[in-house]
Amino acid sequence: MRQKLEYLKETPSQTAGPYVHIGLAPGAAGFEIYGQELGRDIAGPNARGERIRVEGVVTDGTGSPVKDVLLEAWQANADGIYAHPEHTGEVEDGFRGWGRVITDFETGEWGFDTVKPGPVMGRGGQMMAPHINLWIVARGINVGLNTRIYFEDEAAANAADPVLNVIEWERRRATLIARRALRDGLAVYRFDIRLQGEDETVFFDI
Amino acid sequence: MTKPLPPGEFYQRDRRWHPPALSQDYKTSVTRSPQFPQISLENTASEITGPVFGHNDVNASDNDLLSNFAQPGESPIGERIIVHGRVLDENARPVPNTLVEIWQANASGRYRHKKDTYLGALDPNFGGCGRTLTDENGCYHFRTVKPGAYPWRNWVNDWRPAHIHVSVFGSGFAQRLITQLYFEGDPLIARCPIVNTIPDPEAVEMLVARLDMNATIPLDTIAYRFDIVLRGRRSTLFENRLEGN
Ligand SMILES: [Fe+3]
Repeated sequence: MRQKLEYLKETPSQTAGPYVHIGLAPGAAGFEIYGQELGRDIAGPNARGERIRVEGVVTDGTGSPVKDVLLEAWQANADGIYAHPEHTGEVEDGFRGWGRVITDFETGEWGFDTVKPGPVMGRGGQMMAPHINLWIVARGINVGLNTRIYFEDEAAANAADPVLNVIEWERRRATLIARRALRDGLAVYRFDIRLQGEDETVFFDI
Repeated sequence: MTKPLPPGEFYQRDRRWHPPALSQDYKTSVTRSPQFPQISLENTASEITGPVFGHNDVNASDNDLLSNFAQPGESPIGERIIVHGRVLDENARPVPNTLVEIWQANASGRYRHKKDTYLGALDPNFGGCGRTLTDENGCYHFRTVKPGAYPWRNWVNDWRPAHIHVSVFGSGFAQRLITQLYFEGDPLIARCPIVNTIPDPEAVEMLVARLDMNATIPLDTIAYRFDIVLRGRRSTLFENRLEGN
């Protein structure tokens, strides 16, 4: 008898399509239906740490902004702890660490307000530099893309980051570093995402 | 007291089972597909953890598209259906308490979206979105109407098969998935360039909901069954070996 492996196959992915807003951000599609839309508050007023804003635009292989993107962010709190029962440690009330944003239909700009995450313990006890995990879907993207936002002002931690160091091409690591600027006293990080082309953002198979 | 075990890593995603980023026949993918190989990462806490949802996030009635946008006493036009199933992982274990969100066109094939200009009529009693949490056995259900097929700009005469868009979380960010549900027997499935981004016909079969007469409500609502499988996780046994215990 031939031995059999009893695993199921994962459900295959399909593009989110141009109308992803209806399901995941109906207000943007043009109607109110839910009492509350999910993913608006990544870090509530109680969240510890530095308040920051992260902004960017997603461009395609022609350099044009992609105007129908939905992004989800997942990050640790300022102490490097994820709001998840399997991560050791507790997070403060009102810190959720998950957010959902869409791009502006006219300009393709997106942005969200949060707190800067702390370094997170990685594999084998190696610390990972502060980062925000991003998941990107849109029409024309067949499987959601995963990437990470790192911070320009964490140069030493970034240089030692075990994930950035897996990227063989040092030049390409720069695509994951958000540029810091101050706007009215608030730290604003710019993180543009290039889906295709010479400066294509590094995407991870996680 | 025993120390809680560290969370297991997810099985590697089978990238040949999923659609490739670039599918020439789905034209929008041509300029939106990364060309460099993705960097393969071994899971860390960043991938194994993910957002947790609860009953504060979702109302009990959010899964009823027949009523969640309808005027009192009114009902959307179209074939009344139940879509139900289980969310499982590749080890066939139920994924409880996970968020499932859906969106779809109405029975005319028209979306309630400011960017949709199709001739099909809007239905004043149909919003087109729903959400729910799976129960402790991974079960979920929605009530809705069967969506209509609609034309789209790809080749000049492409029509999407009737479909419902489905978004699922699982327990870790690495399980995040968006897909589309199709209906058994629809001749447009085989012709669709988006369906055909998936290379393996067996994988396409996983997206085809089956007519489920046992779950119908007689004289009221017909039913389709759609199970969703998310990535499985390694056993704790193997994990302990990795940790050197
Ligand atoms: Fe659609």
